[in-house]
Amino acid sequence: MGEKVTIGGIIYDVGNSTATKTGTWRVFKPVFDSDKCKRCGICAKFCPEGIIEITQEKGAQANMDYCKGCGICAEECPFDAIKMEVEKK
Amino acid sequence: MKTVMEGSNAVAHAIRLCKPEVMAMFPITPSTHIPENLAQMVADGDLDAKLITVESEFSAMSATVGASATGVRAFTATSSQGLALMHEVVYAAAGMRLPIVTTIVNRALSAPINIWNDQQDTISERDSGWLQIYCETNQEAVDTMIQAYKIAEDKRVLLPVFVCMDGFILSHTYEPVDIPEQKDVDEFLPPYKPEHAFLDPDKPMTMGPFAYPKPYAAMRKELSKDVMKAKAVVKEVHDEFAKKFGRSYGNGIIEEYKNDRPIAIVAMGSVCGTIKEVVDKRDDVGLVRVRCYRPFPKEELAKALKDKENVIVFEKNVALGLNSGAMYPEIKDVLYSAGSKARVNNVIGGIGGIDVTKENVENFIERLKDKEGVVEFLGGDPNE
Amino acid sequence: MKEIRFHGRGGQGAVTAAEVLAVAAFKEGKYSQAFPFFGVERRGAPVMAFTRIDDEFIRLREQVYKPNYIVVLDPTLMEVVNVFEGMREGGVVVVNTAQMPDLPEGVDVRIVDATKIALEEIGKPFVNTPMLGALIGVTGLVNIDSLVSTIKERYPGEVGEKNARAIKRTYEEIKEG
Repeated sequence: MGEKVTIGGIIYDVGNSTATKTGTWRVFKPVFDSDKCKRCGICAKFCPEGIIEITQEKGAQANMDYCKGCGICAEECPFDAIKMEVEKK
Repeated sequence: MKTVMEGSNAVAHAIRLCKPEVMAMFPITPSTHIPENLAQMVADGDLDAKLITVESEFSAMSATVGASATGVRAFTATSSQGLALMHEVVYAAAGMRLPIVTTIVNRALSAPINIWNDQQDTISERDSGWLQIYCETNQEAVDTMIQAYKIAEDKRVLLPVFVCMDGFILSHTYEPVDIPEQKDVDEFLPPYKPEHAFLDPDKPMTMGPFAYPKPYAAMRKELSKDVMKAKAVVKEVHDEFAKKFGRSYGNGIIEEYKNDRPIAIVAMGSVCGTIKEVVDKRDDVGLVRVRCYRPFPKEELAKALKDKENVIVFEKNVALGLNSGAMYPEIKDVLYSAGSKARVNNVIGGIGGIDVTKENVENFIERLKDKEGVVEFLGGDPNE
Repeated sequence: MKEIRFHGRGGQGAVTAAEVLAVAAFKEGKYSQAFPFFGVERRGAPVMAFTRIDDEFIRLREQVYKPNYIVVLDPTLMEVVNVFEGMREGGVVVVNTAQMPDLPEGVDVRIVDATKIALEEIGKPFVNTPMLGALIGVTGLVNIDSLVSTIKERYPGEVGEKNARAIKRTYEEIKEG
């Protein structure tokens, strides 16, 4: 009896971390102010999840499926364009 | 072609014939002549391999694991402290099921520092999941290198292999060796075509991942079973080699030499040549040479030893804290399980390079033939 | 089985001499084995090397304790180590020296000035190869042609030619006694 395993424990269906929607862990969420945002990309560089996208049209936007609400983006933004608000569940 | 050449040089030729694609090596006595010879072959264009000159043995084994994980045939060689420094990665290589072959030129471990032969270095890796094959002659080392890749890469095995040869006694000795032809080796050993672990951007995979207790335990259990199952492949590959090249070493697992006598000496490596000389002069003693030490040949040894009056286990290692050699309790386990009444004794000899003479062998047989449970250490006097 | 022990100092080529003799014997269809005394190599330190020659594959792995023949590349070693130790009855010692040294009783010692010959023929004090010429001149362990061809294969070109000339001279000189 026991777990079924592959040889050497090799994982062939890679990329399976996207199946875990870490966005549900959130207490705070970032709110991006498109007018204040200068599209500099600093928030995207600091985001530990790598889920912030910068577009000319909308400025910074986070993929909320995976945003854990850590607030690093808001802390790093030089233009005060990101505010952390309590997530309403 | 049969020529007289140094053991290390002969083994380097065997490795060249196996066409490894990556070799990561760091020199250490007495294995140094192997990387030296291989580096020369690469420089001369006789071997098309990537040679990585790393800064330590830890890196040597790490780079070898990395190379093997991309799906190429990889090689490294070391001795003693070098193998000890590799230890962490040695376990990873087996757990990741990478078919690496490593030549170990056996040497004592510190402290005190000693550059000479014993087998403490590989014995200390006996639980790592690597197969271990010990050679008696330089010809056997050459032939075993070629067999080792075929064993390691077999789909039923996929485990790394240590080919063990005694430092100086084999590595630095000139003796006749038949180096096989490339064409014959190519026929025997096809290119490595990995199906389980390789680098392909279109087919990404994760190797050596984190595992929770249950999958970890399941993988260790599988590994343990698979290492035991590898024995059949060691034998099969040995037999196939014997058929093609005309050279065999016992049954590939153990070699019984005049083992129809009441006393049997069990030993590994080059010392078996000297023991055979003594066996030829007596009528009460035979030799059982353990060639494949891991997986441990329990069934073969039970059959070869269970009806003996006396079994003398000769070892070039010390299991500190047990006050015997490492194989002594293993042989006792085999005999106990077989319901044998054989008396078992243990000789620890050849430690740190002390010479083991015919006289030594004669004398320990005389001292131990009526004894039971004695563990003795040879001190290096040729007449002891 | 014949066992030969070479005494030299680190750098004099005792190990090479043992290997060359093994290769030459193998050329004649015999089995051979050569190995150094496994020490820490240091230029100038006393070193030993061994050759075994037999009609069958040599399984024995112990060091040579009772040599049939002993070769001493440097006579000053005789003051430092007992080069006669363990010599078999009927054994011969070949020493590189111009003058017969003081000897213990009952040893058969042959001398040749290999240093002089090496300097004249090779231009450098490489005494290991000429001492092989002397050894086979005394013992007939292998014939001179096998030895010379082994040397020429190992050292192609002019170096091999020079060594071959030195070997032939010591071989002849020691035979003439």
